[in-house]
Amino acid sequence: MAQSHPQSRPFDRMDLALRDTDTTLPAPPWELEDLIEEADAPGQRRSATTGLGGELTARKQRSLWSDAWRRLKKNKLAVIGLFIVATFSLIAIFAPLIAPYGQAEVVDYRLARYAPSWTWPMGLDANGRDMFSRMVYGAQVSLVVGVLAQAIVLVIGVPLGAIAGYFGGATDNTLMRLVDVFYAIPQLLMVLLFVNWWGPGLLNIFLAIGLVGWVTEARLVRGQFLSLREQEYVHAAQVAGGSGSYIIRKHMLPNSLTPIIVALTFGIPTAIFTEAALSFVGVGIRPPQASWGQMVAEGSNPGYIETSPHMLLFPVLAIGLTMLGFSFLGDGLRDALDPKGSRD
Amino acid sequence: MLRFALNRMFWFVPTLLAMAAVTFFIMQATPGSPFDVSDKQRPEDIARLEALYGLDKPIHEQFVRYVWNAVRLDFGISYFARPQTVNDIIGRTFPISLHLGAMATLFAIGVGMTLGVLAAVNQNGIVDYFSVTLAVLFYSMPSFVMGFLLILLFVVWLPDIGVDLGFRVGGWERPQDWILPTIALGAAPLATLARYTRSSMIEVIRSDFVRTARAKGLTEQGVVSKHVLKNALIPVVTLIGPIFAAVGTGSFFVEQVFNIPGMGKFFVTSMQVKDQTMILAVVLLYGVFLAAMNLAVDLIYGVIDPRIRY
Repeated sequence: MAQSHPQSRPFDRMDLALRDTDTTLPAPPWELEDLIEEADAPGQRRSATTGLGGELTARKQRSLWSDAWRRLKKNKLAVIGLFIVATFSLIAIFAPLIAPYGQAEVVDYRLARYAPSWTWPMGLDANGRDMFSRMVYGAQVSLVVGVLAQAIVLVIGVPLGAIAGYFGGATDNTLMRLVDVFYAIPQLLMVLLFVNWWGPGLLNIFLAIGLVGWVTEARLVRGQFLSLREQEYVHAAQVAGGSGSYIIRKHMLPNSLTPIIVALTFGIPTAIFTEAALSFVGVGIRPPQASWGQMVAEGSNPGYIETSPHMLLFPVLAIGLTMLGFSFLGDGLRDALDPKGSRD
Repeated sequence: MLRFALNRMFWFVPTLLAMAAVTFFIMQATPGSPFDVSDKQRPEDIARLEALYGLDKPIHEQFVRYVWNAVRLDFGISYFARPQTVNDIIGRTFPISLHLGAMATLFAIGVGMTLGVLAAVNQNGIVDYFSVTLAVLFYSMPSFVMGFLLILLFVVWLPDIGVDLGFRVGGWERPQDWILPTIALGAAPLATLARYTRSSMIEVIRSDFVRTARAKGLTEQGVVSKHVLKNALIPVVTLIGPIFAAVGTGSFFVEQVFNIPGMGKFFVTSMQVKDQTMILAVVLLYGVFLAAMNLAVDLIYGVIDPRIRY
């Protein structure tokens, strides 16, 4: 009756509209705390929000970054992650200042595998080297591999994905077929083969990880660009005469930053893990240079594992904690930068 | 559907060919001969062995011959573990890896989905907190880190304080030997599945048709089993492909950690001794396996979700 023909009676239509508002309107983009803060400090926050009477209350404009930072701070896990990542990075950067011994320096050969004590908080390894110092230098190797491998991934993956996604057609087809083939090959296997070919060493490891890992990045950026290409503002820029590279740089790339940053935050620990795994199976960092994976390999020697578990425990915990830190931070960033897509 | 499957299978061919080519040329470029194992060998002997395996021929000829043999499933003799054929070695080691992988996958799917469903149904209850914490801790944990933590706990420390559950490292004969590797390998996929299942369930629970089902007076169990589960688990199925990949790659390291005589452990050894025939065969087998699994998942997806049309 009336409800099936809302146009027939103005009153019913209003009634319906009100009920619709109550039930199907998506969650408001602001949060309760924001409104409370708004009440405490009026005029400083929020963009235009419609008040009850319909008037607009303006707020100070805020950038994406300050918004994201505010949301990130509210996420406990993300803050823990940020703390772990920051500590890890500081240790890696200032390694020579923190480590009491050199990474290859033998403290006392006769005290090999000495258990943790006040003098050597993480004990000594099988060659009588200070575990703590080696762990600190190991963090440096991990950070270098993680950051440089991701740099390569970005430098290759982003432009290729952008070109494929923006221009489409034959360019897209050719590039993506190539990417598909690469994608079908298990990445870790490929990295193993490359490093086995080029020989162990820091440079070869991050080159291999980067040269294998760009495929995922290219796919991601392409997907993002494909959907952005159909947005009105991109059409507008095209109509206004913007060139392809201009539109990619000025419009599409800034709007693809969120997934790229999130992928970066997850890519760094993947690279760190890959280095550890390679060093663990013996094709990674060559001793005496310290690397967590290699220390795990040494500590897991069946002859040591029962009597000197500290040689295994510390590097294993370090790898695990670093992975945890980056993934907490990555999850937090994803939610903070893109509140629409946040989980539940 | 049939067209889709055939199209996908057609793409196997260039993909596998590319995989074979990349691996083949990397192995060619890798310095050192597989037969150059000690200083005492005379160069003539090495040359004779290489001639025996056809390694003195031009590279393209070797590659064509290799692909042709691979098509007939003849991968030749292992360079290192001669005179065993590659097929013999894979026949011996692959079932062990498959066994481990299957157990880890089942463990991850069974426990992960259950936890996800229970968490979503008791949102913000104890089960929810437990499974969210577990997921958060497990899902970024590399399998070999997990493996060593389990070893330290169950093989080193607990027996020390008198709790010996009979776990050990370096065996595969007793069912007890299967437990720790399965957990180590399955933990990360389990966490991923639990997270996905939970958020997928919560999304469905909040949807209109569930509200309708409640409004019509269905019991909570009826709502969950008849309406929520069916719709929430469909997107979760897409995860099973990547999980196979994760379990497959992870097994290389878990086998190393627990000293399990599977294909992954053998692959690492083969790589160190440049056993070319062995490496090529394993990479190809792995590629075929993954591609087939992904295809299977896509087809299953089409069957369980009638909205999907290929």
